[in-house]
Amino acid sequence: MAYETIVEDEIDVLVVGAGLGGTGAAFEARYWGKDKKIIIAEKANIDRSGAVAQGLYAINCYMGTRFGENNPEDHVRYARNDLMGMVREDLLFDMARHVDSAVHQFEEWGLPIMRNEKTGTYQREGKWQIMIHGESYKPIVAEAAKKSADQVFNRVCVTHLLMDEKDENRVGGAVGFNVRTGNYHVFKSKTVIVGAGGASNIYKPRSVGEGAGRVWYAPWSSGSAYGLMIEAGAEMMQMENKIVLARFKDGYGPVGAYFLHLKTYTQNGNGEEYESKWFPGLRDIVGKYIDHEPIPTCLRNHAFISEVNAGRGPIYMVTTEAFQDPHLEEIGWHNFLGMTVSQAVLWAATDVDPKYENPELTTSEPYVMGSHATGCGAWCSGPRDVSPDEYFWGYNRMTTIQGLFGAGDAVGGTPHAFSSGSFTEGRLAAKAAVEYINDGKGEGINISDTQIEKRRAQIYQPMETYKVYRNHITAGTVNPYYINPRQGLDRLQKLMDEYCGGAGVSYMTNDNLLNIGIKKLGLLAEDWDGGIAAKDIHELLRAWELKHRILTSESVLHHTLFREETRWPGYYYRGDKMQLDDENWHVLTVSRRNPETGEYKLRKAPIYHLVDEEEEKKPAKKKTVAKKPATKKPAAKKKVTKAKS
Amino acid sequence: MPTYVHMTRCDGCGQCVDICPSDIMHIDTDIRRAYNIEPDMCWECYSCVKACPHNAISVRGYADFAPLGSSVRVRRDEEKGVIAWRIIFRNGKKDWDLIAPITTVPWGEGIPDLNTVEGPADSMRDSQLLYNEPKYVRFDEGGLHTLESNKLVMKEGVYY
Repeated sequence: MAYETIVEDEIDVLVVGAGLGGTGAAFEARYWGKDKKIIIAEKANIDRSGAVAQGLYAINCYMGTRFGENNPEDHVRYARNDLMGMVREDLLFDMARHVDSAVHQFEEWGLPIMRNEKTGTYQREGKWQIMIHGESYKPIVAEAAKKSADQVFNRVCVTHLLMDEKDENRVGGAVGFNVRTGNYHVFKSKTVIVGAGGASNIYKPRSVGEGAGRVWYAPWSSGSAYGLMIEAGAEMMQMENKIVLARFKDGYGPVGAYFLHLKTYTQNGNGEEYESKWFPGLRDIVGKYIDHEPIPTCLRNHAFISEVNAGRGPIYMVTTEAFQDPHLEEIGWHNFLGMTVSQAVLWAATDVDPKYENPELTTSEPYVMGSHATGCGAWCSGPRDVSPDEYFWGYNRMTTIQGLFGAGDAVGGTPHAFSSGSFTEGRLAAKAAVEYINDGKGEGINISDTQIEKRRAQIYQPMETYKVYRNHITAGTVNPYYINPRQGLDRLQKLMDEYCGGAGVSYMTNDNLLNIGIKKLGLLAEDWDGGIAAKDIHELLRAWELKHRILTSESVLHHTLFREETRWPGYYYRGDKMQLDDENWHVLTVSRRNPETGEYKLRKAPIYHLVDEEEEKKPAKKKTVAKKPATKKPAAKKKVTKAKS
Repeated sequence: MPTYVHMTRCDGCGQCVDICPSDIMHIDTDIRRAYNIEPDMCWECYSCVKACPHNAISVRGYADFAPLGSSVRVRRDEEKGVIAWRIIFRNGKKDWDLIAPITTVPWGEGIPDLNTVEGPADSMRDSQLLYNEPKYVRFDEGGLHTLESNKLVMKEGVYY
């Protein structure tokens, strides 16, 4: 094939994927590494890439310590509570203590943050959210990253990481292809910061046609953060912790501002409050967690799903009261125009005026990601001054592969980071990456031509397959020798839906189903390897996105099978293990896929707590106890108090 | 509402191709104009609509759930720092304009170039501080939060 090989050598910091995490990394890397070569590889255009491409109407993670609002440990407690205990508290605390400095810089850069005219503080949407006019959030932070980087390679889809052949388990760069020219790009780098995205579109969407693109998370979020790292043998955590979103029906418009700021509320098809009646029954599944405040997102989902399954749907958002206030009505619409225009389009198309008619809600298909209200991602080192030994291996946000760092969706255990927290994680990773280089850890990396050529051949194989077998048939897409990326994606979505707790089965799975799912996914992976065909460079992009989604899904299946409990009813149910089991599963799940054999190994990892669980229970009049060194009830069989200096 | 391109307005300049996050706005080689090659991978993010210098791109609601006949259009102006929307309902009963700021400073001028700021001292490298910290955390004289400052102790709470 005539595609050129373009080598970019002697890179210090390579940022793969420039959403909020990647832009934060590139921006900050320049401050710590004045003399360093900083390169960004982005599969789209950095000005409108990643999950924030469309804009945001709120920054969902802002402490406000400046205004005396929250402390970092308050956010740790909040995120832990929402995730039913399963978080990395060291990483969360670290992100939370830095996040405000990112937001304050955004404001200086021109991002319009709304102010409360009475108090002079930022306009709060909820306890953690501040309201912004964020249509241009992404181009603004992109500009900061572009100024710091030596070069931005737009439209380069990174497919694999390069691994050092001298020292085992050390990264040495990445490879990919340009989706415009088709050229093969080789980036040799001492460190790699993965800022790529989580995974939409691995579950069958509720839509049946064109609307399949109206997924909640961006359709270009192809799980590449996970695909790249899993394939290289990095340890992953909490990949079973998929997320289901309660959203406005079909358009998947966000509900945060509606609940928190506009004070709208939900009711069932008969106009009745329904949530509270499901909570007593939830005690049989999750025990004391039902007493937590605020009620974890998954448990509220459970009430929604149960009410619909009981035949009393649809669930409505009651907007007709709040929308009588013209100011609130305008906010309600701006909220969509700023981040989910299609919800506005849908209401216009169906003549739904929420001032006079309560719109329907739905629960989405599941997503796998690590920056919203869930914490899938790589098992990463925390910061030196906070993390216990088991969470610390030298460099903040470094994965278990030397020199490979993560930010945003890539990092596990840090839910509720959202846009500002992802940007902050990028900054933390960048500082650590420069330190790693200055410590001489990136010296003497050996990447052979054999490795580079091997990857090149793999990348273009789908086009070769198409060329060889295309003319066995007259025309069309039905071919006995290959499937195209869309056909592969359809098969993936169907099997994940049916065997791994998708919307089509009301999020239910069990060990039998998961084992079948693993087997069928294995066949799909085989078909991909030997028989995925791409008729052009655009389809080649889709083929590699599918590859990353398959790798992500495989990890999700293994993790879901490993955790023998129902930890997050409302996100998914293990029908064979319908209880939350704190005796055996108050742990984080960590996996590694052997890059040579493809075999999975899973283990439990301990959870270290910063704040006592007692404080989460309602009524829990906070503040006074919040800062006390916590003493824990003797529920644990093994408990060590370790303070790291 | 996947995007579509008006035949008479598009001149094939390729700005939409350049900006589309999903790589689905392509130029048709026969008619030399842009079109959406993969509507079911369109997020309706409006990036191409905003980028088109000829207002040649619109959206029509997704066929599997949105009836025909309404419109949501947009003009984004970096120089004026505003974005203007117009929403028209299918039944025509609602037709309104909504305007929002997109920046508070002249476009792009508020953003620093870290190549030109003074580099960190060694003591800062050894600390947990990031650029502009601790000042930008709270705009006071205090330092970064630590376990010690917040009186926290990391405790192992696992039971196997």
